[in-house]
Amino acid sequence: MKTRNIEVDVLVIGGGTAGPMAAIKARQKSPQLKVLLLDKANVKRAGAIAEGMDSVNNAIIPGYATPEQYVKEITIANDGIVNQAAINAYAIRSHDMIRELDSWGVKFEKDETGEYAVKKVHHLGSYVLPMPEGYDIKKHIFKKLRKFGVEVSNRLITTRLLVGRDGRIAGAMALDSRSGEFVVIRAKAVVLCTGSAGRLGLPSSGYLFGTYENPTNAGDGYSMAYHAGAELSGIECFQINPLIKDYNGPACAYVTGPFGGYTVNARGERFIKSDYWSGQMMLEFWRELEGGNGPVYLKLDHLAGETVSKIENVLHVTERPSRGLFHEGRGVNYRSDLVEMHISEIGLCGGHSASGVWVDESARTTVPGLYAAGDLCNVAHNYMLGAFVFGQIAGEDAVDYVVGKEQAQIDEEQIESERERVFAPLLRAEGIPPTQIEYKLRRMVNDYLQPPKVTSKMEIGLQRFAAIGEDLKQMKANNPHELMRAMEVYAILDCAEIAAIASLYRTESRWGLYHYRPDFEERNDQDWFVFVEVKKGADGRPQCFTRPVPPYIYPLDENERDAYSKMRVDTPLAA
Amino acid sequence: MTTYETRGLVNIIVDPGKCIAEKGCRVCIDVCPTDILILDLGNGKVRMAYDECWYCLPCQHDCPTQAIRVEIPYLLR
Ligand SMILES: Cc1cc2nc3c(=O)[nH]c(=O)nc-3n(C[C@H](O)[C@H](O)[C@H](O)COP(=O)(O)OP(=O)(O)OC[C@H]3O[C@@H](n4cnc5c(N)ncnc54)[C@H](O)[C@@H]3O)c2cc1C
Ligand code: SF4
Ligand code: SF4
Repeated sequence: MKTRNIEVDVLVIGGGTAGPMAAIKARQKSPQLKVLLLDKANVKRAGAIAEGMDSVNNAIIPGYATPEQYVKEITIANDGIVNQAAINAYAIRSHDMIRELDSWGVKFEKDETGEYAVKKVHHLGSYVLPMPEGYDIKKHIFKKLRKFGVEVSNRLITTRLLVGRDGRIAGAMALDSRSGEFVVIRAKAVVLCTGSAGRLGLPSSGYLFGTYENPTNAGDGYSMAYHAGAELSGIECFQINPLIKDYNGPACAYVTGPFGGYTVNARGERFIKSDYWSGQMMLEFWRELEGGNGPVYLKLDHLAGETVSKIENVLHVTERPSRGLFHEGRGVNYRSDLVEMHISEIGLCGGHSASGVWVDESARTTVPGLYAAGDLCNVAHNYMLGAFVFGQIAGEDAVDYVVGKEQAQIDEEQIESERERVFAPLLRAEGIPPTQIEYKLRRMVNDYLQPPKVTSKMEIGLQRFAAIGEDLKQMKANNPHELMRAMEVYAILDCAEIAAIASLYRTESRWGLYHYRPDFEERNDQDWFVFVEVKKGADGRPQCFTRPVPPYIYPLDENERDAYSKMRVDTPLAA
Repeated sequence: MTTYETRGLVNIIVDPGKCIAEKGCRVCIDVCPTDILILDLGNGKVRMAYDECWYCLPCQHDCPTQAIRVEIPYLLR
């Protein structure tokens, strides 16, 4: 177990979407800085966009939408609990980022006049920009990493951050999942871009890696930020998605909607007004299934054959291209068959819902020198383009932050205790395989945390999680690969505990299904118009507290406030 | 404490006639996000070593000889 030491100015952890952009922008702004980008996978094909993306979910293109309209829509969709300054920081850079990516070679749909062809999918405004040829986005980004001289290191799973004696960030520690080396990286600023906690609930297929999110995103970033003392925010606002049953990937209504596809119940009736993913929409979806009106389907069989071919040319070649293979195996053809949908297991994700590490409009966390961007940060509904923009913001701000700074002084003890924790499962003679503990843990997450969130169930869940915490002392890994999985189990357990604790703390219902608590059926703005934050307390346990919602930049009108609460179609519309 | 080995249906199918791993190719091993492909020292070709596949396809798309076919994992089919 050799130790490798590395020293850089800016360390970017996670080479999916936000991370490469952060690294590129840092080098672009300050070419003399040493910038290292690392990933547990291979940056070339890492992250949610490994096979590209089929649309920009939140494009703010002049002529279609303004930053003000967008910020208001996201505020309404999040039942008011947002930091508008952070959403706005994305909104005002959205168009420029699209143009920059366009100039790099990334393809976005344009109309006959060469303008971006934006579609309406959201409840109120138009923000979806299709990317029918969006499959090679990673290639274009990788070229820029080369061009700007970003150093890249693959197959390094970071397990903990290093914090200096003065409280500022000092670097990170990682395991090389191929060689088994322990790696200590000293850095003056760290940008965390490790994506969502996508391996929290267990998919109903029972397949550990059959997740909506890229399963490399196990929640490591949440756990690392938490142990470094950063504030996590909105963790109780779970991510739950409407997905193709069993395949567990998006169908995807954003692609099919503009072509005329929509969601129906077993009677072929439309029951939701908008297919845009929100907690309120998911609540209606859940009610339909629970109320005996399921299954719920995506309906495309009424479309012209030519239109369906166009849809297939997007859905079966980009983002999750194995969708076509899955349908083929089941004998499902969009032309004649409905696509059965279901409700996913829970996850944590800032980019889809709002559960993330707290950041301000400069992507700064509450730990000096530590930034978060992409799905890991709590900038609601930020999606792919928001990950790019917040990556940019973080990379550029980190460059300013390191000016005139030395590496922070650290206590070496941090490194020793982490080395011990990381290698314990390998050194143990025998014990429980990481995958078996993970299976049990995630099954318990389903049993006790999947909404509706029942108080007494979540309390039992916490007891089960504590018991599994004890089991970790018997976890046995046979090689560096299994050791990586073992470290992920630690992170998943942290996420499960924090998810339960934050959910118990907010004694109301909010965000539709994402935080539906039958014991507190109503939304209570009087007491709960605040963020719920979680931080590691002095006793080493998660502590909850509230943070006020900053004054709005764009105040909402009384009649706009509840637009997302009216998702259900009043009288069912026959198809 | 005793554990047992489990068996499972492999969903990454490698055509040994097409795979050129013995010439040094490691493309699929390199790009796989979950790092589940390894060189089989027995036949010098690539094989799936862990049941941890996201059926995401980079291995299939980047293979220079079209030697890899990804199937949907059995539990999801
Ligand atoms: C199936 C799917 C479809 C989507 N469709 C759309 C869409 O159509 N439009 C849209 O706008 N958005 C879409 N999104 C959302 C969008 O892709 C994400 O919001 C965005 O890509 C997130 O970027 P990120 O950088 O935060 O995470 P990612 O791109 O997932 O990158 C995270 C990276 O961190 C690495 N990592 C994790 N833990 C560690 C660790 N401990 N050490 C080192 N590295 C680590 C991972 O390997 C990964 O490469 C979709 C997402 C998914 C999963
Ligand atoms: S990429 Fe193809 S040819 Fe190369 S090692 Fe993998 S299967 Fe063999
Ligand atoms: S489909 Fe994806 S996860 Fe499965 S082996 Fe290929 S690259 Fe790896």
